[in-house]
Amino acid sequence: MGIDSLIGGTIWDQYSEKVTCLMNNPQNMGEITQEQADAMGAKLIVADFGAESCGDAVRLYWAVDPKTDVILESKFKSFGCGTAIASSDTMAELCKGKTVDEAIKITNIDVEKAMRDTPDVPAVPPQKMHCSVMAYDVIKKAAALYKGVDMESFEHEIIVCECARVSLSTLREVIRLNDLTSIEQITDYTKAGAFCKSCIRPGGHEAKDIYLVDLLEEYQKEKLAKQADSSYDAPFAQMTIVQRLKAVEKVIDDNIRQMLVMDGGNIEILDIKENGANFDIYIRYLGACSGCASSSTGTLFAIESILKEKLDQNIRVIPL
Amino acid sequence: MRVYLDNNATTIVDPHVFEEMEPFFVKKYGNPNSLHQFASDTHKPLKEAMQKIYAGINAKSEDSVVITSCATESNNWVLKSIYFEYILTGRKNHIIISEVEHPSIIATAKFLESKGCKVTYLPINSEGIVEAHTVRDFITDKTALVSIMWVNNETGAIFPIEEIGQICAAKGVLFHTDAVQAIGKLPVNVQKANIDYLTMSAHKFHGPKGVGALYMKKGKELNPLLHGGSQMNGFRSGTLNVAGIVGMGKAMEQAIDALDFEMSEVRELRDRLEDALLEIPDTFVVTPRAKRSANTILVSFRGIEGEAMLWDLNRANIAASTGSACASEDLESNPVMEAIGAEADLAHTAIRFSLSRYTTGEEIDYTIEVVKNAVNRLRAISSSYAYAPQGHESKL
Repeated sequence: MGIDSLIGGTIWDQYSEKVTCLMNNPQNMGEITQEQADAMGAKLIVADFGAESCGDAVRLYWAVDPKTDVILESKFKSFGCGTAIASSDTMAELCKGKTVDEAIKITNIDVEKAMRDTPDVPAVPPQKMHCSVMAYDVIKKAAALYKGVDMESFEHEIIVCECARVSLSTLREVIRLNDLTSIEQITDYTKAGAFCKSCIRPGGHEAKDIYLVDLLEEYQKEKLAKQADSSYDAPFAQMTIVQRLKAVEKVIDDNIRQMLVMDGGNIEILDIKENGANFDIYIRYLGACSGCASSSTGTLFAIESILKEKLDQNIRVIPL
Repeated sequence: MRVYLDNNATTIVDPHVFEEMEPFFVKKYGNPNSLHQFASDTHKPLKEAMQKIYAGINAKSEDSVVITSCATESNNWVLKSIYFEYILTGRKNHIIISEVEHPSIIATAKFLESKGCKVTYLPINSEGIVEAHTVRDFITDKTALVSIMWVNNETGAIFPIEEIGQICAAKGVLFHTDAVQAIGKLPVNVQKANIDYLTMSAHKFHGPKGVGALYMKKGKELNPLLHGGSQMNGFRSGTLNVAGIVGMGKAMEQAIDALDFEMSEVRELRDRLEDALLEIPDTFVVTPRAKRSANTILVSFRGIEGEAMLWDLNRANIAASTGSACASEDLESNPVMEAIGAEADLAHTAIRFSLSRYTTGEEIDYTIEVVKNAVNRLRAISSSYAYAPQGHESKL
């Protein structure tokens, strides 16, 4: 944010030298034909991922030694921007010489890191990070084809932010533990949402099943539900003094205060004391209530009966 | 060679325009509203510039052509003033725009929608054109404004503005047109087209950036968007951009003088480029030539993602665009391609070439050569042109 975000339009300047070189001259671009694979004594795997209509598509070719599961040769073809082409190229390179099981472990983050010029500087600007995700997905697809299993079987987690590979369970946990209330906080804590931003809310580059805004909302609802529970669920007699004060405040907020305010008055809770079997709640009237005739009769009776009903039959309200 | 074919994004400032502007920075820098000779030095040049701008669109002298900071301001002004005047007061509840307007119209309309205004987004047909009858179909007695661009920035498609102007006049609905891409490309006549409000921008016709204007017909004047020191007859406060106004005036004069050249010589170069591009297999152009401004081509090369093509063009020092420059950072598919219902596979392949009277035949020949090489290189990489073994069912 701030000065760097005011003048945009420099995505190409943020590409690493490696990305630029690979876009200009991809090393593993090409095909493996059935004949070539046969000549190597290898099994040919051809995996497709993405779609031109979505802006990114890649076809990955593997020649795999069926005895050792080693990827002998790896080539790609890609429809996409410079980053997509460079990522596909890097991905194809990383697959070479690995077994299929090893290749499945390559993530988009490995691909991006391999394209860095220096270890600490990202190879592509944040909004281009999603291009490397496709490179990761197509490996899973190829491995699934080779093993004759479903691609989903390699993914045990639901990934919400694919660019930073942050799972649903991680996000839920981090939001809850740290009481996060904004997208910026989620990004600071987890990096989710820092890149292509599709996962933040609907309308981004890719449609998702669940977005970060949904998780925030879910957590807020959960919190509200919890608050409501904590004030009513536990018996009043078993609450700590702080909980009792909060519970009384809440009942007054929900049921009484509004009516008093409408008449130009208000009420303040001063203290709660246990007096034998009774709970004495000391209050003070404010504004128009103080001095009002009804404050020691009708209004007081109404407040006491609501608190009795909602919290405990042994409550007594004492105005000071 | 360095070739600039992104003239719908912005243009080179005509050297004559620059020359006329120059004295107002260091020598004649007075504020026109002051009472001294420094101020008076600016009055005659400003007046002359305003006359050129009026003449360029055939505005009557009793109309108001108010100078703004850009077309975005002019467009915001129209929509927001109409909202305050008609929608917020409950007199009307509806405006009509097209689905391919510039973001300064679409985003403003969406904002007003969030404030309770009803907005109709008119569709374009398969040629990329808003048909006049659709305007008639959607006007209700609660419609406050119709705002339709004259020429589309992405395709160059010319919309039937005179016909739409007639419909709006007959129905008694206010009519605004964003003519940013029309000035200097075709004759613009606000009287003939029954226009109430018209937006323009100097930097699209070889004038400086940071100057736009809004034409308002006499009797249809809007309340100001910018309040302050009552410059521009109170319609638009803010110290006058003296150099900018002088530059816009000169640029308008030059654009009108060059109109015939634009519609013959520039068109010829554009057609030469387009013919050569269409010789490349699997290549498509949006909107028939006769229905387009003379300088624009929106072309699709199957199997080549737009940004990848821009990359190769840029390496060869050629500037083009995948859409409007303001949008080129968000990397979404071209909205016009979606709107005309182009094959889904082509949605991300559109490239816009937009020429100007500064484009040369040599530059076009060089561009043709570069594009052909880029298409060959990128299709060799493309998964759209990839081998698949027998029995492989393509998922792309």
